[in-house]
Amino acid sequence: MKGVFDKVAIVGTGCCKFGENFHQSRYDMIIDATFEALEDAGMELKDIQAAWVSTQHEMGGASIVSDALKLNNIPISRCENFCASGMDAFRNACFAVAAGMYDRVLVVGYEKIKDLATRGLPTPPLGWGGHPILFADAPPVSFAMAATKYFERYGIDRVPLAKVAVKNHHNGSLTPKAHLQREVTLEQVLNAPLVAWPLGLFDCCGVSDGAAAAIITRKEIAKSFRDDYITVRGIGLSVSTARPMDRPGYDYNGFTETEVAAMQAYEQAGISNPRKEIDCAEVHDCFTITEILNYEDLHFCERGQGWRFIDDGISTLEGELPVNMDGGLKCFGHPVGATGLRMVYEVYKQLQGKCGPRQVKHAEIGLAHTLGGVPRNSCVIILSN
Amino acid sequence: MAGIVAYGAYIPKYRLSRDVIARAWGSGSMRGEKAVANFDEDTITMAVEAAFDCLGSIDPKQVDGLYFASTTPPYKEKQSASLIATVIDLRRDILTADFSNSLRAGTNALKAGLDAIESKSAKLILVTAAECRLGAAESDFEQILGDGAVAFLLGDSDIVANITGSYSVADEFTDYWRMDRDTFIKSWEDRFTNIYGYMNSVQGAVTGILKKYNLGPGDFSKLVLYASNPRQHTDIARRLGFDVKSQLSDLLFTTVGNTGTALAPMMLVAALEQARPGDKILLVSYGDGADAFILEVTPNIEKVRDRRGIKGYLASKTMLPSYEKYVQFRNLMATEEARVFPSPSSVPLFWRDKKSFLSFYGSKCKRCSLIMHPVQRICYRCQSKDEYEEVKLAKTGKIFTYAEDYLADVPVLPQVSASIDLDDGARVFLRLTESEPQNPTDPPQKIGMPVEITFRKMHDTSGFRNYYWRARPIRGGN
Repeated sequence: MKGVFDKVAIVGTGCCKFGENFHQSRYDMIIDATFEALEDAGMELKDIQAAWVSTQHEMGGASIVSDALKLNNIPISRCENFCASGMDAFRNACFAVAAGMYDRVLVVGYEKIKDLATRGLPTPPLGWGGHPILFADAPPVSFAMAATKYFERYGIDRVPLAKVAVKNHHNGSLTPKAHLQREVTLEQVLNAPLVAWPLGLFDCCGVSDGAAAAIITRKEIAKSFRDDYITVRGIGLSVSTARPMDRPGYDYNGFTETEVAAMQAYEQAGISNPRKEIDCAEVHDCFTITEILNYEDLHFCERGQGWRFIDDGISTLEGELPVNMDGGLKCFGHPVGATGLRMVYEVYKQLQGKCGPRQVKHAEIGLAHTLGGVPRNSCVIILSN
Repeated sequence: MAGIVAYGAYIPKYRLSRDVIARAWGSGSMRGEKAVANFDEDTITMAVEAAFDCLGSIDPKQVDGLYFASTTPPYKEKQSASLIATVIDLRRDILTADFSNSLRAGTNALKAGLDAIESKSAKLILVTAAECRLGAAESDFEQILGDGAVAFLLGDSDIVANITGSYSVADEFTDYWRMDRDTFIKSWEDRFTNIYGYMNSVQGAVTGILKKYNLGPGDFSKLVLYASNPRQHTDIARRLGFDVKSQLSDLLFTTVGNTGTALAPMMLVAALEQARPGDKILLVSYGDGADAFILEVTPNIEKVRDRRGIKGYLASKTMLPSYEKYVQFRNLMATEEARVFPSPSSVPLFWRDKKSFLSFYGSKCKRCSLIMHPVQRICYRCQSKDEYEEVKLAKTGKIFTYAEDYLADVPVLPQVSASIDLDDGARVFLRLTESEPQNPTDPPQKIGMPVEITFRKMHDTSGFRNYYWRARPIRGGN
């Protein structure tokens, strides 16, 4: 439905330095992200009327935010929706503001992964399949299944995937808050050890701790906080069964959840030609193949043309539609609860023209996208200045 | 008259050269190779394989009982036969029983099955035997022992080999043993055990059965005789008056190794594979005494030639590259623990979903015919609720897509997972097994590659064995 989300504006965002934050607790990261957002919005902690928190791995209700910020006796909800957790928390907070319930709402997402010495993301209870027998593989393996099929279907090899890594590492090198800030070469990417064929080490996003926050208000009163507030134009969410691997007829030809969420968001935002109308996008590049499929699912290009989209340089900072301007999950890792809000942070800053060396030109409409599970859900947010 | 209606066998794909073991210890090699169960196999999974091979296209619902023999069942307390019966989808109103603790357990089960048929208490009995024994590092047993399984369907019609006579001796003798807490086989000095144990019991059974049925060694085309090593095998055959060259059947020593309670029955399968109608076979097993049987092959033998059996499974093999890999398969050495937090398993969950997980059923939507696995109450396609029939899924299919995990905490990398389209149209997601590349740049798995499903152990989380199905490239045979 049109006209729900554009009653909502973002007036402050914050993002802690992502990385192997061994020196920081989850509270430290929540504090860093929240206070940057408060400062950005010109608010104090006591101004917050309600909060939403997103985290995937930690149980413990919403008190995590109270514990970190000493926020007592206000409504706080915890949202867990796999990799879309951060965006879904944001979405639910937007509903509350659009409904006129609250004027000053904090959304904060975090994940403290590096306290656990696991490879990649910590395995959820009962394993990735949520079941002792009906397994799902670790994320690299799940997405490698899509890559294998993509290779067969379109006759490509690992090179286009490697180009995604090279691009995002370049962008990450321009982003002080990124975990990985080093450029890589095509040869490095192609010669790195395999994680899950056909994905090598550099085809996979980092493993990082992080937190990010946003403060939203009613658009009507946004000007009282700042002139360059950012408007929420649309949010789409699509959730499917958790196991595409044995879903009858599942064809691995892109991820329909992304496509459906994007169509919802485009309709709300009145976007008919995303390739032309969207000026910059943060997309869920958990793996390089995912970014290529995202191009197709978000209708940035035709089906089967995602590999050409990167090959032709369309998604570079200087390209026609810059994607993952801050280096994406590739360089920020994927602290699950934080990721969607970290993307909102970057798009918000881009639309305000505050991104320094990685600032894209004429940024007026931006997109953020997360893809959760193996996959099972997707959320797409459209923002404009 | 009771006899064998069908036979089947199973030999794991992996083989370890005895030279490799000898090299590891700087000791002498007994030559040849032994079959080694994969890390995801145990005696239950191997018995399941043999049972499927044996049944072929025979309807499992006709079977009235399942006996399982092994000295190495996964559980000390809990029946294996009931699990095997569920996996191969037998009826509920049957007798299941485990036979254990003796190298003679396999033929004990055979005898019990024959008695059930002859007494008319059952029409078809499936007898399985499997073994996966461990010899201590650097011991002779380590080279001698092999892993494998066998199955016979017994009945009173459509018999391929009539069992026309049997004779047993029971001898208390402690030559090979494992006490409750022993992992590895112990034994007494072999010059003593060979004469007073093995030879004494086998001679007793053979002379006894020949006398009972008024037969002589010359009446048999084959002698299928258990022995713990080739020398013992030929020595006793000569002593009993059989011609080693023409009558003594292959001990499978150089190809499989000593599979304990499954050995004599496996040798019998090998003999039946080569038998012609009218052949008379003397089967003799050993362990705390000896069992002897007289078999007469019928013209029906030609009808079961399609079983993979010993011949088929022997021909399909992968040599283990090192002794260390064998050590890893059998979990004989402490290795670095993976930094993974174990996920709990659940007995009620297995009980609730055993038709899906163990018997490998799916649901078929009565409205739109979509087949789903595991069984689903709501149809993925038309969303009809509780309008389905449970259907047994196809055992073969083709890979739709796959991925190779190079970081998995398993003994064989990469660990391959695949979305598979079964031949009946069901889509299943399974791990592949025995699909490791001989050449890293040319892995066996490809999109479109035909696979067959195989019942395997997944893990022992929550202290009990969690089984499910895997897929493998179709093994040679037939």
